[in-house]
Amino acid sequence: MILDYMPLIIMIVVGLIFGVSNIVLAENLGPKRSTRAKLSTYESGMEPVKTARERFTVKFYLVAMMFILFDIEIVFMYPWAVQFRELGYYGLSAMVLFMVLLFSGYLYVIKKGALKWD
Amino acid sequence: MHIDFFGSLPLLVIWLALGAIGIAIQAFVRNNTRLVFGYYSGTLVITALLALITSAHKGTTFGGMISIGGFANYFDVLFCGAGLLAMFAARPYLQRENSELDEFYTMLVSAVSGMMLMAHANNLLVLFVGIELMSISFYIMAGFLRTNIRSIEAALKYFLLGAFATGFLVYGMSLIYGATGSLQYDVIASVIGENRSQFPTLLAIGAVFLAVALSFKIAAFPFHQWAPDVYEGSPTVVTAFMSTAGKAAAFSAFIAVFAVLMPASSLMTPQLQLMLAAVAAITMLVGNVTAVAQTNVKRMLAYSSIAHAGYLLMGIVANGEAGYSAITFYVTSYTFMQLGAFVVVGILERGNEENLQIDDYAGLAKREPVLAFIMAVFMFSLAGIPPFAGFFGKYLLFVAAIESGYTWLTIVAVVSSVVSAYFYLGLVVKMYFTEPHKEHSHVSPGLAGITLFVTVAVSIVLGLFTSQLLSIFGTWW
Amino acid sequence: MLPTSIPLDYYLILSACLFVIGVVGVITRRNAIIIFMSIELMLNAVNLSMVAFSAFSGDIAGQMFVFFIMAVAAAEAAVGLAIVLALFRNKQTIYVDEINIMKW
Repeated sequence: MILDYMPLIIMIVVGLIFGVSNIVLAENLGPKRSTRAKLSTYESGMEPVKTARERFTVKFYLVAMMFILFDIEIVFMYPWAVQFRELGYYGLSAMVLFMVLLFSGYLYVIKKGALKWD
Repeated sequence: MHIDFFGSLPLLVIWLALGAIGIAIQAFVRNNTRLVFGYYSGTLVITALLALITSAHKGTTFGGMISIGGFANYFDVLFCGAGLLAMFAARPYLQRENSELDEFYTMLVSAVSGMMLMAHANNLLVLFVGIELMSISFYIMAGFLRTNIRSIEAALKYFLLGAFATGFLVYGMSLIYGATGSLQYDVIASVIGENRSQFPTLLAIGAVFLAVALSFKIAAFPFHQWAPDVYEGSPTVVTAFMSTAGKAAAFSAFIAVFAVLMPASSLMTPQLQLMLAAVAAITMLVGNVTAVAQTNVKRMLAYSSIAHAGYLLMGIVANGEAGYSAITFYVTSYTFMQLGAFVVVGILERGNEENLQIDDYAGLAKREPVLAFIMAVFMFSLAGIPPFAGFFGKYLLFVAAIESGYTWLTIVAVVSSVVSAYFYLGLVVKMYFTEPHKEHSHVSPGLAGITLFVTVAVSIVLGLFTSQLLSIFGTWW
Repeated sequence: MLPTSIPLDYYLILSACLFVIGVVGVITRRNAIIIFMSIELMLNAVNLSMVAFSAFSGDIAGQMFVFFIMAVAAAEAAVGLAIVLALFRNKQTIYVDEINIMKW
């Protein structure tokens, strides 16, 4: 039983050894020269100006929700795509109907201005 | 795959009218509530007519996942009727609250289509989709008064507890699927009936989980705590709709699922029956006793609706044709009388929680004799007093429970009915035999008058057709 | 049916554990968003048991059910978060014990 998991265990052990050794070696062997630029939050030079924990506009929520709602519907196309030939015209017409319903919702979203940013 | 297009017409029509055309109309027509209202009431009328026309055409379609004809079509007509009545009541109510949006009617019709799917389900997956379609529409409708904190609070409570119950529902379904190897009702029924499940323990747990989730939807003890808050906080017309049609839909699913889970030959049937009997007894006692203590009419009616879930459960306990026919009859009369009672409350109510206390109904008979009379009819009918529909429904349920050997349950039901008469008749006494204690302006029901006329007529007349309806119901099971 | 020799019980036990963690989360937490996350955990526990049953019985219906659970969970998330937003606009809080105009 335990032998079935042997590859997994070896993988975990090797991963641990690799990760730990890299951190330890880098910590001990590398030279340390801290400068102000290196210690700042964004090394790219972007100045952090205020706290990150603040409220932001609700538009992000709207767009994210629209994305999830329309994105998740794609999942229903996978089973159809797998059985595309066997399902024939029945499957095709069902999928067309599904897309029409989805498109109708999409039209509604656009017309209501849910995706307008300004 | 063969599809019975004729038999599935009611479902196809309401989905296309809602999902494809209705949504597109709203995309292109702006703020034309009159058009949307007319369009959706037409949709409901046509769907109900199609359901009537196709009712004699029985069978299953879509690979056996959807059953058509008979029982399901009867419930279709009931849901469309209740939806239509709720729409008529909703228009004046929402206009008064300055919250009338096209989307309200969309959500209402979408809830109706979910209920129809529940009644037509012949497969656990279809049942799940139907329940969710109905529930998600209800969450939105409960919070429809967006600036009213009570409405939002009701929506949040309903949503969190409803989603929690959904978790139990699907977990129960997955266990039943694992134990029987199928989602189809007929396959599950034959596996259970012949006691040949591989995993009888999983099956029992799954059945209990399904009972828990459906008890939540009908607001039965101990899963009733959400109901008073949600029914009190939601807009009154929404409460009127979801406490009646929503409950009728949950019972249509309850009948179908428990006819599958409790075949007479199954070993676990007696235990399930006993469990449901205990739930029914406690539900009616808790509902009626707590209702006595209420001072808010909406909350009192909410507890009364919990108690009615208890009465209706007796029909499931009876586990047979008589019980199912009794439920179907009582849930019909309950839908009309409870919907009407809430609509009366909605007409008298003024924004900001005014006129919702029982004391505000003092002397209503002098100010609004017609409304008071209508409310009195609903109260008598809900209390189960003879000439009205509520009495015949209760009688059928009691007989069904006695015949299946649950005499003690019937005694509990009779006792709690007596308790319930106290607060129902208390309101009538308040309306007719006390003096008004403050000035009120005259109210005009508007379109809601149609709702009141129909509901009061059905509450009075339905009792006359008991035997005819029962003989129709008898042909379904 | 499954390529490995992991027995069905393991999947069911894991799924039951996840489900119970979700239930405990719903009961003990007071932040509406975290309660909702716990509910999602319950649904995912169900997904796991559905897929396991489906794979072991060789019946595809269970896997289709999972797609529907995912789609419904997305719809619930959209509606639920909208309700939480409306609540925050009215009350400036998302803690359910501060939502007590009516008895909870």
